Amino acid sequence: MTLLWLILIPFVGGLLCWQGERFGDQAPRWIALATMLIELLITLGLWFHGDYHLPQMGTASEATRWSMEWQVAWIPRFGIDVHLALDGLSLVLIALTGFLGMLAVLCSWNEIVRRVGFFHLNLLWILGGVVGVFLAIDLFLFFFFWEMMLVPMYFLIALWGHSGSEGRTRIRAATKFFIYTQASGLLMLVSILGLVFAHHANTGEYSFAYATLLETPLSEGTAMLLMLGFFVAFAVKLPVVPLHGWLPDAHAQAPTAGSVDLAGILLKTAAYGMLRFALPLFPEASQAFAPVAMTLGLVGIFYGALLACGQQDVKRLIAYTSISHMGFVLIGIYAGTELALQGVVMLMVAHAFSAAGLFILSGQLYERLHTRDMREMGGLWGRMGSLPGFSLCFVAASLGMPGTANFLGEFMVLFGSFPAAPWTVVIASGGLVLAAVYSLLLMQRVHFGPAKGEGRFADLDGREYLMMLSILALVLLFGLYPQPLLDTTGAAMLEVQQLFGAVAQSSTLMTGAP
Amino acid sequence: MTLTATHLLALTPLILVCATAIVVMLGIAWRRHHTGIAVATAVGLNLALVSLIGVWFMAPLATPMLAVDGLSIFAAVLILVAALACATLGHAYLEHYRGPREEFYLLLLCATAGGLVLAASTHLATLFFGLELLSMPLYGMLAYTYHERRSLEAGIKYLVLSAAATAILLFGMALLYAETGRLDFAGLAAQLSGGPGAWGLAGAALMLMGMGFKLSIVPFHLWTPDVYEGGPGPASTFLASASKVAVFVVLLRLVMAAPAFQDAWLHGVLAVLAVLTMLVGNLLALTQSNLKRLLGYSSIAHFGYLLTALVIGEGLSVEATGVYLVVYMLTTLGAFGVVTLISSPYRGEDAAALHHYRGLFWRRPYLTAVLTVTMLSLAGIPFTAGFIGKFYIIALGVEAGRWWLVGAVIVGSAIGLYYYLRVMVTLYLAEAGMQKRDAPEDWGVRAGGVVVLGVALLIILLGIYPTPMIEWVRIMGGAMLETAG
Repeated sequence: MTLLWLILIPFVGGLLCWQGERFGDQAPRWIALATMLIELLITLGLWFHGDYHLPQMGTASEATRWSMEWQVAWIPRFGIDVHLALDGLSLVLIALTGFLGMLAVLCSWNEIVRRVGFFHLNLLWILGGVVGVFLAIDLFLFFFFWEMMLVPMYFLIALWGHSGSEGRTRIRAATKFFIYTQASGLLMLVSILGLVFAHHANTGEYSFAYATLLETPLSEGTAMLLMLGFFVAFAVKLPVVPLHGWLPDAHAQAPTAGSVDLAGILLKTAAYGMLRFALPLFPEASQAFAPVAMTLGLVGIFYGALLACGQQDVKRLIAYTSISHMGFVLIGIYAGTELALQGVVMLMVAHAFSAAGLFILSGQLYERLHTRDMREMGGLWGRMGSLPGFSLCFVAASLGMPGTANFLGEFMVLFGSFPAAPWTVVIASGGLVLAAVYSLLLMQRVHFGPAKGEGRFADLDGREYLMMLSILALVLLFGLYPQPLLDTTGAAMLEVQQLFGAVAQSSTLMTGAP
Repeated sequence: MTLTATHLLALTPLILVCATAIVVMLGIAWRRHHTGIAVATAVGLNLALVSLIGVWFMAPLATPMLAVDGLSIFAAVLILVAALACATLGHAYLEHYRGPREEFYLLLLCATAGGLVLAASTHLATLFFGLELLSMPLYGMLAYTYHERRSLEAGIKYLVLSAAATAILLFGMALLYAETGRLDFAGLAAQLSGGPGAWGLAGAALMLMGMGFKLSIVPFHLWTPDVYEGGPGPASTFLASASKVAVFVVLLRLVMAAPAFQDAWLHGVLAVLAVLTMLVGNLLALTQSNLKRLLGYSSIAHFGYLLTALVIGEGLSVEATGVYLVVYMLTTLGAFGVVTLISSPYRGEDAAALHHYRGLFWRRPYLTAVLTVTMLSLAGIPFTAGFIGKFYIIALGVEAGRWWLVGAVIVGSAIGLYYYLRVMVTLYLAEAGMQKRDAPEDWGVRAGGVVVLGVALLIILLGIYPTPMIEWVRIMGGAMLETAG
């Protein structure tokens, strides 16, 4: 039941926010904040009271796979259940959702002044949908939430976004985002159905259950096609380079809270989908596809980094860096060693923090300067209180400075992938140099150099300090002491690794080393 | 075979609708009273709906020309509900209309009776009779506000083109008769079972053409946007919902029963038409700036999706058709209902241009919510019934391995998203100096408001928990297959 409540709380909270607008503009904000706080507290409670440690190696049977499960029949005609389950991976990601949800509410405290209630309705429904994605292990239910969360995101960008110049309107960006993700989602639906009917042909029963479909025998060609359907859907969301067209526009045009959600959580649903569904359901096909996927990851790393260097808009720059970081995630996922998969989770969490921090900072910059164009910035160091200092911290995190969680994530991904694909790793490491280049470019253009104006801007207020300090604390915490996180997700990642097939036996030897 | 009391009992819904039509006619002759007539209509339609429960226990039953089986009861429910909604919307719409108001209900009832006959027909004669009884009153309904140029144009356009289509349909029937010497579906099926000859095939093709016109399947779709745009709100609603449902049901029955329609060549043509219909409908809708035209094109596209069920014709086919028809009807009622309510009471041309809807949310939040839900449902987004419909269509295509059709559905949906989203976002765009609210406070408790709110609620409920709908359709579909097999 707790799992159902995890999904329902944001939805109910959203409705309360909508109606709470009657009591003034502040009411929805407090309600939304409280909702996400409750969500976070429940998750943390589950974290402390549950056991997510490794089961004995190789004995991960049905009973021990999930630490919590909840199931009720939904559409018996097709064997569709409302089937929710929690393991270490989903727990971490839901906690992340709760935390970033609070940040999203906080960072729009002053930014959103129109239709406050409706804004928070959309914001919370996105988060509810995301939590649903992380919990659903019935494929129909998963798809249901996967598509559902697009609608409030669409509204968020279309109604509260910023319209850029040159025909880059917010509605255009929102529509682009929606069509990309929805159309690719339909491909996934076809794949899901293909899998279900393959299972039906074998057993004569309809089932959308994850555990049942895992054991569907498929011919090689079919498996490849079905896997591609899943992959395309996830690749659009991640995003993987040829399918990334929506991301820069959506980020640049979205309100700060929207960007935080997009970069922090929505992109992670794609990686989660690959880890949970694409790899375990089609291990052989994924194995065969891995070189292609890793190449795409490499392309993403360099493409994102290079384009980031050429951006004038702060948020577009950060958006392109996301593409670059997600390239590492993709490589780690398809390398498939346990260390790399652990690194992927680490990197996902770290990137969520650093990207959220940078987006919030650029939102705060915008509130003070009313522009996001870097050509009009410069020389802000010392004129904005501690904002540039925080920028430096998050830029450092983003470029993977040791001591931050990002460093650990990237390091583990690269180290773990090396046995599987040494050359890919060698080339990908070059991306780290580019990361330093664009990060420092961002810092240089915005905060250093000749000043473009006189006078000081407002310092950070208490709310902004609180947000920045809490993110920074988490980045450092996981950077210096990552063990709790690794312990929690370890079992889940080990299982992915086992299902994916032992890539190279050597990889199991590596796990003891670091 | 003579008619017995049981047969008459089984036809109670039809008889009740016809009786209501007569009562309404006499009532008008005696004294004009708008609300009274509307209430009488609603009572008659409700009685017919209730009587369907009784009929269900008698089914399946075959009179010489009409079948009372699961499919016809299923269609009757949809048609009667649509008619009821149209009558309710019509009451709000015509409240301040200066011309005669009461005849609208008379026409509506006649058309409903036609729809009932059509959906139950198992004989070419009843098919023709039902189709004409359905279409004729529609000419009148579409041209009801005849001093409005567009309305008159819509009526006449529909009259001329529909008459041409009917002629083609008749010619097809004649060819089939020439080939087989039979007019009932069962006889036709038996005679053609050895493979249809050239004339039989030509007849079947011509009949498909005639019905394709009524369903506005590409390339017979040209009338749709104009007629939808020009017709008064309630009439367009009826045309888009009840009329299309009835025609599609009879087409389904025909295709299922007669082997001439299962000819491989004809199936190929149908598949091509389905793909064309999806793509053309969606593409043409992209640039529309009039909501009613847009809905017209969108309904073309939706019948493209539905045609896939007909093309595949096996496995989940009947079930998918049923579910999709329910979903489509609810969604159409919601969307057209909102347009009608916005244009009510009648004050000249309907408010269908998209700019009328700019910032509607800030003026009429609940009506906007309804329109948003219907748009999402048309686009097939989860949490709405439309998603279940689309799920069925894609499932059907995947099960049968018809990848071209599945691909076309996906491409069509992706294109469709663009214009549905455009409508949706328009509703929420605020404009400077806008009125705060302009809806009468009590609109929600008035009949029209109740209808659209109820429809929206149903769309969401069936989207979240579709099991009752699926079970109902399965029972109805199962009953139909028993009689067919």
